[in-house]
Amino acid sequence: MNNIVIENLDLYYDDNHALKDINIKIPLKEITAFIGPSGCGKSTLLRTLNRMNDLIEDCRISGRVYIDQEDIYQSGTDINLLRKNVGMVFQKPNPFPMSIFDNVAFGPRTHGIKNKKEFYAIVERSLRQAAIWDEVKDNLNKSALSLSGGQQQRLCIARALAVDPEILLMDEPTSALDPISTNKIEELIIELKEKYTIIIVTHNMQQAVRISDYTAFFLLGEIIEFDKTETIFSIPQDKRTEDYITGRFG
Amino acid sequence: MFQTKRKKLDQLTITLNILVKLSMIMTFIIIIFMIGYIFINGIPHLKLSMFSFTYTTDNVSLFPAMINTVTMTAITLLIAAPLGIGTAIYLVEYANKKNKIVGLIRITTETLAGIPSIVYGLFGYLFFLAFIGWQYSIIAGALTLSIMILPLIIRTTEEALIAIPIEYRQGSYGLGAGRLRTIFRIVLPSAVPGVLAGIILSIGRIVGETAALIFTAGTVAKIPDSLFSSGRTLAVHMYALYNEGLYVNESYATAVVLLVVVIAINALSTFIAKRFKKG
Amino acid sequence: MRKQFEQQLEELNLRLIKMGALCETAIARAVRALLNQDNDLAQLVIDNEKEINHAEKEIENLCLKLLLQQQPVASDLRIISAALKMITDMERIGDQAEEIAVIVTKANLSDTIQTLNIKEMAMSTIKLVNDSIDSYVKRDLELAKQVIQGDDIVDNHFLAIKEGLLDMIRNHCQNASLAIDVIMIAKYLERIGDHATNIAEWAEFSITGVHKEGKEL
Repeated sequence: MNNIVIENLDLYYDDNHALKDINIKIPLKEITAFIGPSGCGKSTLLRTLNRMNDLIEDCRISGRVYIDQEDIYQSGTDINLLRKNVGMVFQKPNPFPMSIFDNVAFGPRTHGIKNKKEFYAIVERSLRQAAIWDEVKDNLNKSALSLSGGQQQRLCIARALAVDPEILLMDEPTSALDPISTNKIEELIIELKEKYTIIIVTHNMQQAVRISDYTAFFLLGEIIEFDKTETIFSIPQDKRTEDYITGRFG
Repeated sequence: MFQTKRKKLDQLTITLNILVKLSMIMTFIIIIFMIGYIFINGIPHLKLSMFSFTYTTDNVSLFPAMINTVTMTAITLLIAAPLGIGTAIYLVEYANKKNKIVGLIRITTETLAGIPSIVYGLFGYLFFLAFIGWQYSIIAGALTLSIMILPLIIRTTEEALIAIPIEYRQGSYGLGAGRLRTIFRIVLPSAVPGVLAGIILSIGRIVGETAALIFTAGTVAKIPDSLFSSGRTLAVHMYALYNEGLYVNESYATAVVLLVVVIAINALSTFIAKRFKKG
Repeated sequence: MRKQFEQQLEELNLRLIKMGALCETAIARAVRALLNQDNDLAQLVIDNEKEINHAEKEIENLCLKLLLQQQPVASDLRIISAALKMITDMERIGDQAEEIAVIVTKANLSDTIQTLNIKEMAMSTIKLVNDSIDSYVKRDLELAKQVIQGDDIVDNHFLAIKEGLLDMIRNHCQNASLAIDVIMIAKYLERIGDHATNIAEWAEFSITGVHKEGKEL
């Protein structure tokens, strides 16, 4: 079953044809990895799914992106609701310059939660889900910026989870972190698969192999191959895929 | 090989070191000298009567002038701050960067920033007094000063907003927050130190302004009955005293007070900025 | 890119070719010793068997090192894991050749085997071994498939020899003990053929990613 279906998607940054005729169905509650050399379009496609590309000037899109059978680019789409449903975690951890509690509560506050008890419940639940509750539960009023890099990233994950999304988009979430934090977050992502559909952009081939169920290989704005991760990494069909994953280029 | 290079580098380093320290000392000496000179000449002439409520030619009180300064500052900021901050928010958060109107606004702002204050004074006179028909008044002065400090507030607020990393905005939008919420809950709170710095710079300019106010607010040495009456500020007061030629000593004393006020304002701004950085 | 890796893969290939050559030499010598009743040659085969074991160890270490250092994927991974499996078969081939040589030193079989096609069976077997390793090194899928089918020829040789020996035994013109020795030798050659087939199947895997397609496990 798929809850994300992309049909004939083209994306232009000014004159640059950044995404070419993308067609892909992302499986529900699995981890899909986007891999490919720099500038191949994988992050761009990721940002298409929560319309973050709208923030960039001169960005034009044609084609359809269906999430739960609704085209998110049709007029009348509530973008804020979309972004509540499709959460995003960025490459560099970006907690707000506020307390840990306020960071996680920001999302729920935005979407109308007013009850204090509900807040605490949501914050605790999200921090537990992100496997960081025990480390911060006694210090929720501490500034988020005082946490380590790995903790900040888990906080950002908690923040995204607090608005109860269906889909999680992760743009190279561990590339700025040390190996131990990376490990913790990879384990976390695998746990999260039970509840959420996850798409992760990664430069790290081993990471894709370790945690993803499906992999899409991007090159120059096109998807060259999309299949189960095991297949892509043992018997890739396209020579370009083979050359990239064996490190012969890129 | 490394030894000889080290020697040359050392000589250069030492020379630069000395030059830099020398410039610092010179600057320090000049400032201390200036402040010291004013204090030495002014403090002996500070009399309690100078702080009496009403001005008479006897006590040449600067108290009304001080009150007027405060009023002038408050009103000017009340007009210019919301306008300036709002404009800056629009330019940074809303406007399409390639928009021609944005370019126009920016050029206008930069130009306004460079105009000498006496020109503002003349404009103020011609527009508010000659054209509209007001008297020399606080309100005319305040409006003129608003136009004068508007570019300053816009520019400093803009810079404060631009300095906020885009990652904060992305994080906020990514959670489904709209633009307004992102600006007012995430960006602006973080930008407060910068915005405040701009406002305090403006206060400094207002407190020190003479030329623009002479032509618009006038030089009446008492607390005016209404905004539409004339009243002199501290700086104008000092100028008037000196110009009349009779109260040179008192003008030094006034200068001392003015200096103290300015130093206090600057200290306050540093203190507030630090408080905000911590919290 | 990955110059060091490419060089290491080259080295892997060379070592496999060498080990294959050792196996083929062992088989050829053992059979010649059998035909000529040359005990010295047989002893040479027995003594040199440890070289084949040594080669297996070395290639095994190289493969493990490559897996550790290079984290190979896709065809690189298939090539290295196939090599790991192939050397097991090659080492067994070396063992079988040694067994043949041991029998030669213990009995005089030259009269017994005059009418049998041991020599031809040996030639077919050696060709299978050679081709199987070749198919891996040259990534030649067709050749690998030929080897897999060519095993039938060796099997047929074995059946023919078995029949011939049964005849001889029934007609009492053969010493049963010697006949059993000859059957053992033929069996060893047939087993070598099977090992060559295994090697070819791994070669096929390294190329296509499919191992023993369609065959019941």
